[in-house]
Amino acid sequence: MSEALNDLAAYLGEKLGNRLENAVVVYGELTITVSASAIVEVVTFLKRDAQCQFISILDVCGADYPARPQRFDVVYHFLSPRQNQRIRVKVLTDEDTPVPSIISVFPGADWYERETYDLYGILFSGHPDLRRILTDYGFEGHPLRKDFPLTGFVEVRYDDEVKRVVYEPVDLKQEFRNFDFLSPWEGTDYVLPGDEKSKAN
Amino acid sequence: MPETSVRNFNINFGPQHPAAHGVLRLVLELDGEVVDRVDPHIGLLHRGTEKLIEAKTYLQAVPYFDRLDYCAPMSQEHAFALAVERLLGIEVPKRGQLIRVLCCELSRCMSHILNVTTQALDIGALTPPLWGFVEREKMNTFYERISGSRMHAAYFRPGGVHQDIPDQIIEDMGKWLDPFLKTLDDLDSLMTGNRIFKQRNVDIGIVSLDEAWERGFSGVMVRGSGAAWDLRKAQPYECYSEMEFDIPIGKNGDNFDRYLIRMEEMRQSARIMRQCIDRLLGAERVGPVSNIDGKVVPPKRAAMKRSMEALIHHFKLYTEGYKVPAGEVYAAVEAPKGEFGVYLVSDGTNKPYRCKLRAPGFAHLSAMDFMCRGHLLADVSAVLGSLDIVFGEVDR
Repeated sequence: MSEALNDLAAYLGEKLGNRLENAVVVYGELTITVSASAIVEVVTFLKRDAQCQFISILDVCGADYPARPQRFDVVYHFLSPRQNQRIRVKVLTDEDTPVPSIISVFPGADWYERETYDLYGILFSGHPDLRRILTDYGFEGHPLRKDFPLTGFVEVRYDDEVKRVVYEPVDLKQEFRNFDFLSPWEGTDYVLPGDEKSKAN
Repeated sequence: MPETSVRNFNINFGPQHPAAHGVLRLVLELDGEVVDRVDPHIGLLHRGTEKLIEAKTYLQAVPYFDRLDYCAPMSQEHAFALAVERLLGIEVPKRGQLIRVLCCELSRCMSHILNVTTQALDIGALTPPLWGFVEREKMNTFYERISGSRMHAAYFRPGGVHQDIPDQIIEDMGKWLDPFLKTLDDLDSLMTGNRIFKQRNVDIGIVSLDEAWERGFSGVMVRGSGAAWDLRKAQPYECYSEMEFDIPIGKNGDNFDRYLIRMEEMRQSARIMRQCIDRLLGAERVGPVSNIDGKVVPPKRAAMKRSMEALIHHFKLYTEGYKVPAGEVYAAVEAPKGEFGVYLVSDGTNKPYRCKLRAPGFAHLSAMDFMCRGHLLADVSAVLGSLDIVFGEVDR
């Protein structure tokens, strides 16, 4: 399996040339990274080429790495039923730079791109109908970003006086408890209470 | 003849509609009775599962998967367990694999029988769901006897399954298979040849194979269009490669083909279950059901009474959890509704960094506009039923 993937990676490197930034096979899966401007071209090639035939779009999703200058990954998963292979295509972007939409090649990307926009705020240029999909009507913010709190910002309840559902800022009855069970002997970067002296010198 | 002004009609279908299969709001634009445009509004059941999983340890994330496709909970857990196992590089013992396959096929029957019969209900037949739910109730009882819960099993844990199944339950499942097949035959005689059922389903919601692929369809939706594609055969996981079963495919890609495929898949599932039961009662009667390396799977209660090491493992696994090596994997299973995938990114800590759930229903529902355009209003609910939508997984 992984041999075939290595062959495929070499083949893609040959055909895509400098549009291919990186290709690795890890855990038996092939991941290629391409530049945002080339994504439509690359995807079209993957779909049409006789040795690839990645005709099925399985998934488009985002991932957030706030420490990087280009904080977002857009991750595409494709499947080739003919070759019985999978491929993962990655594009790096930030909050402001749009990624070209691949909806012209794969109509199935429509909702996936809307979802990625909704949850991460990644923009897709050329998408005909880029509006929110999973979150509430009138929702603000992009909930899957790492800097979005788990509790969110608003809560809803039914108000008996105004006879409708009202939105209010989140009011936690007790402080949100973030259980950090990572072993203090390996990994934490905070100072344990009562253990201040150990880091003093 | 006087001139009358004709205008298109917009109607709201749902979110509270029995044929919406949950909380779907469809905004339909109608020209007379013909559908011009369908705009599904989803997200009314959005619970932020992916966000929540990022804040939980790997073991704590398991129950969220039951709440995705709640018609076949164990299939979802399976994908997550496979993803975590692949990152950890651990194996599941044979008996554990057989139990997983057995439970997955049970889930498939639960999901398909619900879908086939409620789709018939959507187009006006009342008897099939009544007959089908009798069997589904029995399957729920098996779920409860196996995992302790009728729906939210949390039974497939990374590394294996939570508990061994007593022989009595496996024997009872073996005895239940024949009456179940009889019920399927009864349902067959009730629906397959029925004139009204055919009029409502044949040649409705046709998808060609190319369109099915490029719209991200999977499972029954591509098999209905003629692709012999099933992850259990094409990319076998667990011990599916040792099982004997056939993959039914359709040739017209319409609602009726998908119905026929689901009926046949239940029979094939019963066949796989029979093979699992024979082996679980025969060659694999005893043996571990989960990985025996104590670093991932918590020890049994009895072991903790005698072994200090087991006690330490128990404490560590239920507080800190286990750490998963950094990396990313995409693990997919053939869930009843199609390919359910988990894209898991680990940063080497005890919590997933990113866990994207690839739900088959999401892709299928996004094609509603494409499938319903030009059909009549009454066909919308027939197509929707045939897509096999469950909002737990579409909205996540």
